[in-house]
Amino acid sequence: MTAAVFFGCAFIAFGPALALYIFTIATEPLRVIFLIIGAFFWLVSLLFSSLFWFMARTITDNKDGPIQKYLLILGVLVSVLIQEMFRFVYYKLLKKASEGLKTINPDETAPSMRLLAYVSGLGFGIMSGVFAFVNTLSDSLGPGTVGIHGDSPQFFLNSAFMTLVIILLHVFWGIIFFDGCEKKKWSALLVVLLTHLLVSALTFISPHYGINLVSTYLIMVLMGIWAFFVAGGSCRSLKLCLLCQDKDFLLFNQRSR
Amino acid sequence: MENLRGSPPEQLQSHPNGASRGRAMLTFMASDSEEEVCDERTSLMSAESPPPRCCEEARQGLEDRESAAQWFQNTCARHRRAHHGGVPWPSPSGFPQRSQDSEEDLDEDADRYMCSGVPGQPSGLEEELTLKYGAKHVIMLFVPVTLCMVVVVATIKSVRFYTEKNGQLIYTPFTEDTPSVGQRLLNSVLNTLIMISVIVAMTIFLVVLYKYRCYKFIHGWLIMSSLMLLFLFTYIYLGEVLKTYNVAMDYPTLFLTVWNFGAVGMVCIHWKGPLVLQQAYLIMISALMALVFIKYLPEWSAWVILGAISVYDLVAVLCPKGPLRMLVETAQERNEPIFPALIYSSAMVWTVGMAKLDPSSQGALQLPYDPEMEEDSYDSFGEPSYPEVFEPPLPGYPGDELEEEEERGVKLGLGDFIFYSVLVGKAAATGSGDWNTTLACFVAILIGLCLTLLLLAVFKKALPALPISITFGLIFYFSTDNLVRPFMDTLASHQLYI
Repeated sequence: MTAAVFFGCAFIAFGPALALYIFTIATEPLRVIFLIIGAFFWLVSLLFSSLFWFMARTITDNKDGPIQKYLLILGVLVSVLIQEMFRFVYYKLLKKASEGLKTINPDETAPSMRLLAYVSGLGFGIMSGVFAFVNTLSDSLGPGTVGIHGDSPQFFLNSAFMTLVIILLHVFWGIIFFDGCEKKKWSALLVVLLTHLLVSALTFISPHYGINLVSTYLIMVLMGIWAFFVAGGSCRSLKLCLLCQDKDFLLFNQRSR
Repeated sequence: MENLRGSPPEQLQSHPNGASRGRAMLTFMASDSEEEVCDERTSLMSAESPPPRCCEEARQGLEDRESAAQWFQNTCARHRRAHHGGVPWPSPSGFPQRSQDSEEDLDEDADRYMCSGVPGQPSGLEEELTLKYGAKHVIMLFVPVTLCMVVVVATIKSVRFYTEKNGQLIYTPFTEDTPSVGQRLLNSVLNTLIMISVIVAMTIFLVVLYKYRCYKFIHGWLIMSSLMLLFLFTYIYLGEVLKTYNVAMDYPTLFLTVWNFGAVGMVCIHWKGPLVLQQAYLIMISALMALVFIKYLPEWSAWVILGAISVYDLVAVLCPKGPLRMLVETAQERNEPIFPALIYSSAMVWTVGMAKLDPSSQGALQLPYDPEMEEDSYDSFGEPSYPEVFEPPLPGYPGDELEEEEERGVKLGLGDFIFYSVLVGKAAATGSGDWNTTLACFVAILIGLCLTLLLLAVFKKALPALPISITFGLIFYFSTDNLVRPFMDTLASHQLYI
């Protein structure tokens, strides 16, 4: 497979995340640290999920057959649960850290919970995307023909788009989740969990990329809109932003209009 | 630029010839030359912010504590200098770390600490400043550590030479090509014991040399080791890279390249040079050293050695009679920096040539003006970073007419770089082509670094830099390799996403 496939898929999957990182996170040290801690929490959740799957497999003595497929499905669902649980744990940790930062540092503006929600979502998303896709990417640099045994030749492209949507979804889920925790709206948490389960479950119908990808992107757009309103956006502010008439933003950027 | 300055700082007392020459030599490398009166070094030493007192008292207390090996240089320097005006300066500062003699044969772990300086501030401000400096300093450490790891992993993944087994060091004489697992384990433990005892012996030798002021010997030793790294190992590395990419290079060109690289490196590291170049060279020699370890340490021995070294680090720094602790204390008593040739310094230096007020005297959190942070004020994301990053000095404090050097540097010993890179490089080399393991170890090490800094802020005393990161790295390596990898591989082959 060619370098074009490698670079193309790499930028499809990680381009938006990289742009988000460069423009919003890389400039502030505290945000970088929270991002990496978020990535670490996702990693720990993955560790626990793998442990669970490993134990389930050893209990069933590694027999081949349909039981392995069921175990895998169970592993995926449990993994989603554990990820959301760790998101909650991270929320609690950030809450404590925020309070600590506020008491220690009353004059300085500690990062707001919304910002931390975004940063943590991005951390989870980046780690999740990287773990899912980087091995595939490195294989794409080597020799081979995709789909030679009758599988879909769009394997890399599909994986790249799927990775992208997972990263963006994690960002939106993070925002919605933290907002739900802050306002004690447990229904929001439940919806996040259910949509995550739905997205993972959709990947079970794996060779049918069309349905899989389209529905996941649809869910992503819905989540995005919800997260936008949760984070304080409104139709009016969106309009002002798009028409470059948002005075606060412009003043801040010292551009005159 | 401070690091190009030549004059030795006023605070330094007179020393015998070799020492002053050494110090003069040393003052350049570290851009915090003048600040390093009390020197840093090693462990995560909290620059102990003293409780609020009046100036004189505070200074006295500082000096007392200094000899108790808990003080940090910048603060000392600043206290001594800024005491006319009165209130202790916020001193930034970071972590001096371990200076390490990273020769292949003389495995020297002089100081395995990471020191952090925290401003001596009156009440309540200490911790704020700790945290504020903490975030910036953590990033200043993340970047070079990440760069070093990236270089090592890139080399391991592309140049086959460093993953081939071509013999072992004499410090690890037992082979691991044994039929039984028990025998292999025993051999690796024996290798580790030998390696660690060599390291301990070298450290004690170094401490003895330092105590008896044999500076010439130490400097000669350091120069020999950097010569070897910069010329011999670079030549080998360049040769292997050229072989891998099948690029032909004639000997005259090669000689010219290696000569220029090495000569500039020697000048930058041991004498004067631009800070960025010095940092780049230090990262490169750490990466070269790590590659040598990755190549010549047998598999299981490498992991056991990594574990043992972090235990040794812990013991040597926290025990009262540990060699590293004694080294720190001796250096502090003499107010000298230790082996700046092998400490990575990432100072941002700002020189004020005018009457400057002491922001801390205003009683509000004000960070010293930092020209490098000025660019941050145009951060266009959502939050005005201008107030967040720094506040302009308020005019009017009828204070110091002193030449203030604001040192915001962070220092990390090269040994830390080397062992972090060895861990990640080994994960990349042995992980059956798996990138997930490498990434997991990378994140684990960065988190360990963060935690170590946090612990420093909490405990405010000397702490070693290796144990937490290496422990996390080892845990994540083994668990990712054995548990996560099969899970992710199975998911990837069925194209499931979690």
